[in-house]
Amino acid sequence: MAETQGGRSLVVDAVTHRYPSGALAVENINLDIKGGEIIALLGPSGCGKTTLLRIIAGFIAQSQGRIIIGDDIVDALPPNKRAVGIVFQNYALFPHLSISENVSYGLAARGIDKATRQREAQRLLELVQLPSMAERLPRQLSGGQQQRVALARALAIKPSILLLDEPFAALDKNLRLDMQIEVKRLQRVSGITTLIVTHDQEEALSMADRVAVLSHGKLEQFGTPSDVYDRPQTLFVNTFVGSSNRMPGVVVSADRTAAKVRLDAGAEIIARPAGGALTEGGRVTVCIRPEHLQFVGDETGFAGVVGMSLPLGATVVHEVTTADGSGVKVSQARIGETRALENGAAVRLAPLARPSPTPFPQRFRSSHSPHGVRHDPQPPKPADHRPHPRRHEGASGTELRPGPPAGVRDLHRKLGGSP
Amino acid sequence: MGTAPASRDVTSYGMGLAAPLALFFLLFFVAPLLQLFWLSLHNDTAGLHWGLGQYLHFLTDPFSLGVLGSTLLLGAEVTAVCLVLGFPIAWLYQRIGPRLQTIIILIVLLPLLTSVVVRTFAWIVILGRQGIINATLQSLGVIDTPLRLLYTQFGVVIALAQVQMPLMTLPLITALGRIDPNLDDASCSLGAGSWRTFFKVVLPLSLPGVIAGCTLTYAAAITAFITQSLIGGGQMLFMPMYLYQQASTLQNWPFAAAISIIFLLAVLAVVSVFTTLGRLSRGYGGA
Repeated sequence: MAETQGGRSLVVDAVTHRYPSGALAVENINLDIKGGEIIALLGPSGCGKTTLLRIIAGFIAQSQGRIIIGDDIVDALPPNKRAVGIVFQNYALFPHLSISENVSYGLAARGIDKATRQREAQRLLELVQLPSMAERLPRQLSGGQQQRVALARALAIKPSILLLDEPFAALDKNLRLDMQIEVKRLQRVSGITTLIVTHDQEEALSMADRVAVLSHGKLEQFGTPSDVYDRPQTLFVNTFVGSSNRMPGVVVSADRTAAKVRLDAGAEIIARPAGGALTEGGRVTVCIRPEHLQFVGDETGFAGVVGMSLPLGATVVHEVTTADGSGVKVSQARIGETRALENGAAVRLAPLARPSPTPFPQRFRSSHSPHGVRHDPQPPKPADHRPHPRRHEGASGTELRPGPPAGVRDLHRKLGGSP
Repeated sequence: MGTAPASRDVTSYGMGLAAPLALFFLLFFVAPLLQLFWLSLHNDTAGLHWGLGQYLHFLTDPFSLGVLGSTLLLGAEVTAVCLVLGFPIAWLYQRIGPRLQTIIILIVLLPLLTSVVVRTFAWIVILGRQGIINATLQSLGVIDTPLRLLYTQFGVVIALAQVQMPLMTLPLITALGRIDPNLDDASCSLGAGSWRTFFKVVLPLSLPGVIAGCTLTYAAAITAFITQSLIGGGQMLFMPMYLYQQASTLQNWPFAAAISIIFLLAVLAVVSVFTTLGRLSRGYGGA
């Protein structure tokens, strides 16, 4: 493909959107996206990612801020003048039009003659590997095929930006992986700047060059997948992307590159500050990924009692109760002979030296991350010294999914590249 | 206990459940219809001589054919007015908040909730020589002599359109509600303007509703005896009134029966055209 339009940059400049009710949908979002990049907007439902997508597409006029595509501020343009291609979550193919007519719909709207339209539709259907489906109706196609058609239809108008709204959510797992590869292939071929909205972290990490993590309408972090996974800037990112053990503790000493934290569970560990100041004596929540904890034979680390062990295939996840009564997950790779751990066995755990755990200053009574890393200068109240009340862990932290998610590894393997 | 219940196919239903209604229909609909048909096959009013004379009479009589034609035309006009006025309402309904939706539904249903006689006399008051419209226009100096609104085709069409509006609007609301709103957005993002989106996406996909609405409106409009007679007055003669005159005033029962049968067939023909169109359009819509 020789799409010259491919690869225009997209700048989301201080965009804020307020619902008519006054509630903030998105607040002060800044994204600077280079031409040809794939960006994932990642966040839980209701975080404002779809609103942001609709703002970029022009379906919603933002309250403040600008959208700049290439060199043009497009805020005044209606959606049909923005040349933004969208693939909807349910594909939104026109059910009464044939596949070929669906693909050439945008060209017909531009007044292109029928012969050219048909030729172009055929070319695009070949591109998405559905050349023989031109005369069928959408409902005669499978979900994956419909999505390919939706992609072809969006690409037909030679968009400067391609927006994908939860594109793989409706597909089953195997098909999803194939389609992710397909989309990535098409994106590489065409070089179109692409924005994927998703709540699926695997999808975001595997597909995107950079990931923008949103929570409650705010941008938590915008960085490469490995930045987001290995160097999360906020507690939210740390717990939403991948899984994390949250262990309360007190800062013993801290400088800009390392902090020594005494965990309530009973060990002093070295942690990597996410940025912002940590003060000595301040209470923090340290995030340690299950795969970054290991069983140790000596007296280092902290003690715990093994609860349940779940063999997940390539890894085994153990639930360990620590001295302060909180539970942590430990993920062990199944290499060689894994130590059999019985229920009730006493063990000692220590974090791996690298990558280090990340401490986040605690706000009172809230395990939710402050936006950015802001330390509460107040000395902790005595009440806060008691073991941190066990949080309901089910929400985001304890999905038993250690390591780079399986899908990511598969994808990288299939693509023949490395993360 | 017998073995029959165990071996019974759970997917079959007892047809006996439909028996009461079937009996009712047989007694009060099918039987009179057959009687009507039997009656129409007589050449004399006494019902002694068999023959197709009544049908021949109707089909060779320009006056009778004129009445049939103007009745079918009336139905078409009312249907067209309802469609043109009802579609925007139905479209609007799908794009507003729940509170406004309730108000729209109430307004749409209101004609059905008022008595046909009251409603029709209200139209007479509105359309009459000294009616609201004429009085207003005269006092504003727009017209000197009162417009003739009552006892005209125009008056009948307007009054009928108001009554039949729910029959058009409700199927349209349902059909438009079934269209995925993302299709609008998809069309727009592909570069289509509002009109192209309407004609290429919304209208084709709402066709099942359009056809259902047209069928109902049409059938209701051409058989609306009271409204046709009162608003149309003596000068406008439509099939229901024609039939009534033949049967009640002239006591020409065989001819009235033939008129009914012909009218019935004409209506069925129009309705079957609609349903055929509906079946063709069913290829669209749906999931």
